[in-house]
Amino acid sequence: MTKWLRNDQFHYHIMLLPVFVLFILFQIFPIYGVTLAFKHFIPTKGVLGSPWAGLEQYKFLMQNPEIWRVLRNTLIISVGKLITLLIVPIVLALMLNELRVKWFKRSVQTITYLPHFLSWVILAGIFRDILSTHGIINHLMETIFGMNPIMYLGSNIWFRPIIILSNMWKEMGFSTVIYLAALTSINSTLYEAAEIDGASRLQKIRHVSIPGIAMVIALLATLSLNGILYAGFDQIYNLYNVIVYDTGDVIETWVFRNGLVGAQYELGTAVGLVNSVIGLLLVALTYTLAYRFANYRIF
Amino acid sequence: MITSKTFGSRAFDTVIIVVLLAVSLATLFPILHTVAVSFSNPAIASSGTITVWPKGWSWNAYSRVMDDKQFFTSLWVSVERIVITLVLGTAVTYLAAFPFSRETRDFRMRNIYLWILLIVGSFNGGIIPNYMNAKNLGLFDNFWILVLPYLFNFGNILLVFNFWRNLPKELDDCANIDGAGPWVKLITLYFPLSLPVLATISLFTIVNTWNEYFQAIVFINNPHLLPLQTYLQQIVVTIDPTRPEEIGKGGSLSEVSNQTLDAAKIALTMLPVLFIYPFLQRFFIHGITLGSVKE
Repeated sequence: MTKWLRNDQFHYHIMLLPVFVLFILFQIFPIYGVTLAFKHFIPTKGVLGSPWAGLEQYKFLMQNPEIWRVLRNTLIISVGKLITLLIVPIVLALMLNELRVKWFKRSVQTITYLPHFLSWVILAGIFRDILSTHGIINHLMETIFGMNPIMYLGSNIWFRPIIILSNMWKEMGFSTVIYLAALTSINSTLYEAAEIDGASRLQKIRHVSIPGIAMVIALLATLSLNGILYAGFDQIYNLYNVIVYDTGDVIETWVFRNGLVGAQYELGTAVGLVNSVIGLLLVALTYTLAYRFANYRIF
Repeated sequence: MITSKTFGSRAFDTVIIVVLLAVSLATLFPILHTVAVSFSNPAIASSGTITVWPKGWSWNAYSRVMDDKQFFTSLWVSVERIVITLVLGTAVTYLAAFPFSRETRDFRMRNIYLWILLIVGSFNGGIIPNYMNAKNLGLFDNFWILVLPYLFNFGNILLVFNFWRNLPKELDDCANIDGAGPWVKLITLYFPLSLPVLATISLFTIVNTWNEYFQAIVFINNPHLLPLQTYLQQIVVTIDPTRPEEIGKGGSLSEVSNQTLDAAKIALTMLPVLFIYPFLQRFFIHGITLGSVKE
């Protein structure tokens, strides 16, 4: 015992003990539940006791037209989010970087990254109010353009754009921070050299600023591919409804509704498993790419 | 940086300032609008004419929130949840960060454990295996399901140990010469130095815990254990204003009065985040770049 106490390795393990216990309880234990994807679940027998069913769930899934709809919606929404959250923050950062008035710059930043810290529950409450048929947006559209009220959240035309734009609204300020940090670290002699060569401000942006942050852009674009199968459950779950299932129902909401609420546990697990495995492969792929090309390391 | 003050350059600045002002206003508008609605006369609010200033000033919605017992029960659950998650979560993170801040030759299992935590931690069994697991652990309808799964946060551990690894190596050497063991170092050497990084993760924890709503939707039935965001989700979101049968009615009394009441509840739920926002702002940029330099 005293020999152990004198060994640092022993103390390090004691320090890690809480993490290991929590990790086993909430990360490792659920993994055996994944076998549900290949079973016939009988509640009285539990997950382990239920008989195996092979690939039955997957055969059933392939014949289910809903799954293709859900997959399409997920990809369209997440790619839309990915693109908007790549381009808009870069433009914002380039604009902020041009300004010399400190307080204005800081105020804009303070305001634009505020929504990042508000939950989608709060924001869904707000957006449901302003986008409703008797909300402020419809009221403005009516008084300015004489348009008839549109049920934005109950329209298959408007739902995806609203999801993508409201996500952009929430996250653009936050994403700007990293690009702005990259921009401020560009060596100012480069700008001075460009100035002497007679470059205009737009030319300086084009030939100094953008190349200066190209690496960061490439890195963040690569890492954002991780989330391609996750269209944003919290946002969509709090904003969608039956009318917009055609364009707004995504993998996670579908799994939640059918698998958990509808108690089709095997089906839900089967879809969740595919999602998790592809997600894990994407994480491995993007981090490998990021490490190879940008020497990005987590630890 | 040298900036020429030509006409073109000024025009360029003006365009940028106008665009950024528009972006800022667009960001603030929905939030201010909700606050304005919450202070307005319910009948005027339902006409949709309120912009960012209340019309027909009224405290009515807030006095009705005061009568809502569930609102305060849920508020208390959220507060308890935050305090417990903060204390235990920070302790777990702080303890685990120490071994991981060691060199591999000092803590031999370091890299193996880190890779296990990273890779296995990236694999999410999905919502249903997690549901089954919590049921098996007897955590269904139990306060601890709102806390325990959130105590281990790999990102926070990373943040803390990368912060330590950026401190001068000589500190550790000095402590070794003075004969300090791991626990002495952990408490007397690293704790005072870690206050900025601990503040950062604490603020993240507070905001994330406050905002989390979904765990209780899945695992909690007992209204006495419902956190505030979940309660808000149930009253504001589950009641669906876009259901076909409700379209066009637009003005029934209950719906009208609920609009200002919901706005008041939303505004009150935003308040704590707005309150700690200045602190968050101070620490989080720091937090993003914290420990980003690795040797």
